[in-house]
Amino acid sequence: MNLQTTNPQPKNARAHAPLDRGWAGVVLRMLRRHTLLRHTLLAVVAVVALAYLTGAVSPYRDLQIAHMAYIVCAAAGLTVLTGLGGQISLGHGAFMAIGAYTTALVLNHWAWPLAAVLLAAVTVTAVAGFIVGVAAARLHGPYLAGATLALAVGLPGLVSYEPVTGLLGGQNGLSVSPSPPPLALGETFPLERWQAWISCLCAVIVMWLLANLTHSRLGRSLPATRDDEIAAALSGIRVARVRIITSVVAAACAGLGGGLLAVVTTLAAPGAFPLTLSLQLVAAVVLGGLGSLAGAVWGSVVLVLVPNWASDPDASAHLPHNVASNLPALIFGTVLIVVTLLFPRGMQGGFRWVGRQVKRRLTERTG
Amino acid sequence: MTSPPALLELRDVTVRFGGLVALDGVSFDVPQGRVTGVIGPNGAGKTTVFNVICGFVRPDEGRLRWRGEPLTRHRPHDLTRLGIARTLQGLGLFPGLTVVQNVMVGAERHARAGFLSALFALPRSDRDEAALRDRAMRLLTELGVAEVAGRFPGELPYGVQKRVALARALVAEPDLVLLDEPAAGLSAGEIDELAALIRGLRDEVSVVLVEHHMDLVMEVCDDVVVLDFGRLIARGSPDDVRDDPLVVAAYLGDEVDDSAADELTEGGTETHDQPSHGGGVGSEARRA
Ligand SMILES: Nc1ncnc2c1ncn2[C@@H]1O[C@H](COP(=O)(O)OP(=O)(O)O)[C@@H](O)[C@H]1O
Ligand SMILES: [Mg+2]
Repeated sequence: MNLQTTNPQPKNARAHAPLDRGWAGVVLRMLRRHTLLRHTLLAVVAVVALAYLTGAVSPYRDLQIAHMAYIVCAAAGLTVLTGLGGQISLGHGAFMAIGAYTTALVLNHWAWPLAAVLLAAVTVTAVAGFIVGVAAARLHGPYLAGATLALAVGLPGLVSYEPVTGLLGGQNGLSVSPSPPPLALGETFPLERWQAWISCLCAVIVMWLLANLTHSRLGRSLPATRDDEIAAALSGIRVARVRIITSVVAAACAGLGGGLLAVVTTLAAPGAFPLTLSLQLVAAVVLGGLGSLAGAVWGSVVLVLVPNWASDPDASAHLPHNVASNLPALIFGTVLIVVTLLFPRGMQGGFRWVGRQVKRRLTERTG
Repeated sequence: MTSPPALLELRDVTVRFGGLVALDGVSFDVPQGRVTGVIGPNGAGKTTVFNVICGFVRPDEGRLRWRGEPLTRHRPHDLTRLGIARTLQGLGLFPGLTVVQNVMVGAERHARAGFLSALFALPRSDRDEAALRDRAMRLLTELGVAEVAGRFPGELPYGVQKRVALARALVAEPDLVLLDEPAAGLSAGEIDELAALIRGLRDEVSVVLVEHHMDLVMEVCDDVVVLDFGRLIARGSPDDVRDDPLVVAAYLGDEVDDSAADELTEGGTETHDQPSHGGGVGSEARRA
């Protein structure tokens, strides 16, 4: 079972392993046939594993996991848009900002339950994604990149615009009251773990939905419009509509990511959405493997972990200040270059390659 | 051309690109269950005819009728739903999709499940996918390329890719299929197979063929339409057209295309790889 959707194995072409007989075979065949069952099972496994992991690590690590999880939301949407749909977006951070500010405003004004707040953030960014999508459906390559870049640069600056500074808090942003863990979990339940739970649960839901989508018709229409727009149209694909749908989906995911960011960091401020965030998201998606949902996870994990190692005071103490402060970007850039040189299809491509090698060794030994 | 009812009618179609008249009052019928060839020297307007039918280019004057209904303001993505499929000059396959997925894209017209059933992976989405896959495999089997279903187009020989492209057009079960230079780049043996294939198609679907290989045109077409400088200068059976003095003059007067003229006047037994001008229909349509 894989989440890489650009080139799924033809299901009937798979060699029949001994497992395919008996009960295991029945279960395997059923999973192959029923996407819902397969993806839900994977989601449940992920939830259990994450619940175990978050319980086993320190609150500091839990917070890191929460960061990773909301980055995963945004990156997964972006990999569908850019990797499968071929639409470049250098402004994905802007959608995260919209999600974060929506979350902050709704929480501060109406104090809705968190799920409803995040849903509102998703809805608002989906609308923004629709508007951008309609405009972008006519743009290509460098024009699209330029337009989205302008969005990333311009949108966070809007908070300083006089009429809305009161509402949006200007450069200081809006503080978000933390959502404490429910009392049912016990009074000593760490807030960080609760935040990790919220973030991870959302990430799993996003992955589940996107995996479903990319295993459907849309998972073919997207690469088709990316590869040859004219041939796609002649095959009956409404190219503009597909692009707009993808833009909405990707924006909604980023909006959820931004909403979670506001909840986890208890702040929605322009400083959290610099242009580098948008560029880092693109880099994470390329690093993980364009178009691969699993790759979006690997990319996000590296994106969050690398600055953490790099800002380790022991490691950077002897470096000049301006080198040390740029170390995260330097290391991340180096990782990106090395990985994409070795594996043009990113980390997920690398894992698959290793998997194939191991499998070949094993069959050589047994056969 | 009177006995079977016309599937597609072009009436006085005129297309201008700036000062250039690409099509000048062209009228002809595409009858049901026949193979209609569109020939003419380079720049005669053949590709423009296809682009008008597909909705890439709007005629400045004249009109189109599809099964008796006026065809106006249609867009390329409406074609398969109308029952018209087109193969592109060159290939137009999707390199990032496997062969079977390429053909499944062509079957889009038969898809039923919508966005929400896809988002929540409802069983109907799975059933839909399975049905599309079956359709695609059936077509690949018919065209004798089922064994490459899991491969990517880039890994396959050109002739096989051409078959996949044809499968992608036919899987939509069109009533009319527009073939743009299907023989370009094929070997003599492959052209013979293609001729047999096109003749076999005629039972189920009507065909319009733009082609430079005159022997293929003469062999498979029931009717031939000849264009020159945007004007329709002759139509009729392959034999009538071959002997038409206007047609001979048009081809002989055209220096670029004189090899085709030789074939035409001699009834051509040799096959040439006539390189097509420009970047193929794809890029022409893009420019349009
Ligand atoms: N999109 C376009 N813009 C401008 N001129 C065009 C366009 N498409 C075709 N033409 C011109 O129209 C004429 C007919 O072209 P075309 O239909 O491609 O000829 P054929 O396919 O018969 O070789 C040519 O002179 C060509 O240069
Ligand atoms: Mg042409």
